[in-house]
Amino acid sequence: MEVRREKLRALAPLDEPKPPAELRIRQLRARDLLRGDLSAEELERYAEESVVTTRLEQMLAWGRANSVFPATFGLACCAIEMMSIVSPRYDVARFGAENMRASPRQADLLILSGRVSIKMAPVVRRIYDQMLEPKWVISMGACSSSGGMFGNYAVVQGADKFMPVDIHVPGCPPRPEALIYGFNKLQRKILGNPDPGWRRRYNAEGTEEWAHGAGAPTPEERSAYQAAREAVLTAERGA
Amino acid sequence: MPDAAGLELIAQELNEVAPGSVSGTYHEHGQACLIVSPERVLDVLRWLRDTPGQEYRFLASLHGADYLPARPRFGVLYELLNMPRVERIRVRAALDDPGEGSLPEIDSCVELFPTAEFHEREVYDFFGIVFRGHPDLRRILLPEDYVGWPLRRDFPIGGEPVIFTRDEPSVPRWFE
Repeated sequence: MEVRREKLRALAPLDEPKPPAELRIRQLRARDLLRGDLSAEELERYAEESVVTTRLEQMLAWGRANSVFPATFGLACCAIEMMSIVSPRYDVARFGAENMRASPRQADLLILSGRVSIKMAPVVRRIYDQMLEPKWVISMGACSSSGGMFGNYAVVQGADKFMPVDIHVPGCPPRPEALIYGFNKLQRKILGNPDPGWRRRYNAEGTEEWAHGAGAPTPEERSAYQAAREAVLTAERGA
Repeated sequence: MPDAAGLELIAQELNEVAPGSVSGTYHEHGQACLIVSPERVLDVLRWLRDTPGQEYRFLASLHGADYLPARPRFGVLYELLNMPRVERIRVRAALDDPGEGSLPEIDSCVELFPTAEFHEREVYDFFGIVFRGHPDLRRILLPEDYVGWPLRRDFPIGGEPVIFTRDEPSVPRWFE
């Protein structure tokens, strides 16, 4: 395989220092803008050069996609490969997901790294429910996607039977590169579909569970909640 | 490890002390095994534990087995160990399948060997063999609401058919 060795300077032409005179001109123009001294033509040119317009949703999605916090949660042998994606050799920090959170309350990505036994399934589901929205799930490896080699009495045949899964990464176990590729796919998904709610993604609206301590909601509360939800949804659809 | 002759001596003595307790022996791969009837298993274990000269005081393991086409169908195996002599002997209680709707039963040996409590719960969990006199016979590894005895040979293996597209031309919609 041919190894390409390029000069660092050639890789980063944007970091080429500008001539000092040009920098001074830009500084003066910025000062004039703040003072309100720019004429209409100059103001227009300044805006074209230095302002990017976007939609708020897209900007939020961009931020979310590039700052994903996975939960520190290993199920089986795939967890070893999952741990190594944060190592310097694979370095998922390049994509902004190096910060593994030990609490599901602070995480927004759950990586199912290994087989889910029928005794573990309620636990996994509870951890998923404890995560705050927006949240995503990567099913890593054959076992959590389909049961894998464990076609027996003890293992759930695919974690998507009891929870929504966004990305399935095949492999037994997948190499860390494969997991990072799956994570990149998830980033695409987050970017392309800025809607943060998994219930809308999976057509599961109205399946919200209620806290045990608060007691079951009265019919009035439930209908009020549904009405508010409908209002939000219709407003978003109309917009 | 009692050799084959020593095993026969043990069996003979046991049949004198508890008539009809030992129905067979075998000695394979250097392992000695007594096949006993489930009614007398406690007598056998107590004799092996307490008799001077035997003194198998340590129950190393207790497990179940299902020999489905064979009769009697189930086995409960006790692995006994004499620590000073480092001698092992296996006791196999052969249980018949009582048929649909009822579970095979055997006496619990928790009184003799307290360690058997969890072992017997595990055998109950996977084979559905009831130990009479066990202080707390519940499932131990599987979820408590699990239905069935998964290590029996007639338990379905489980899993699901994998939907391969290559099977579609020969058997259309086969997975339904």
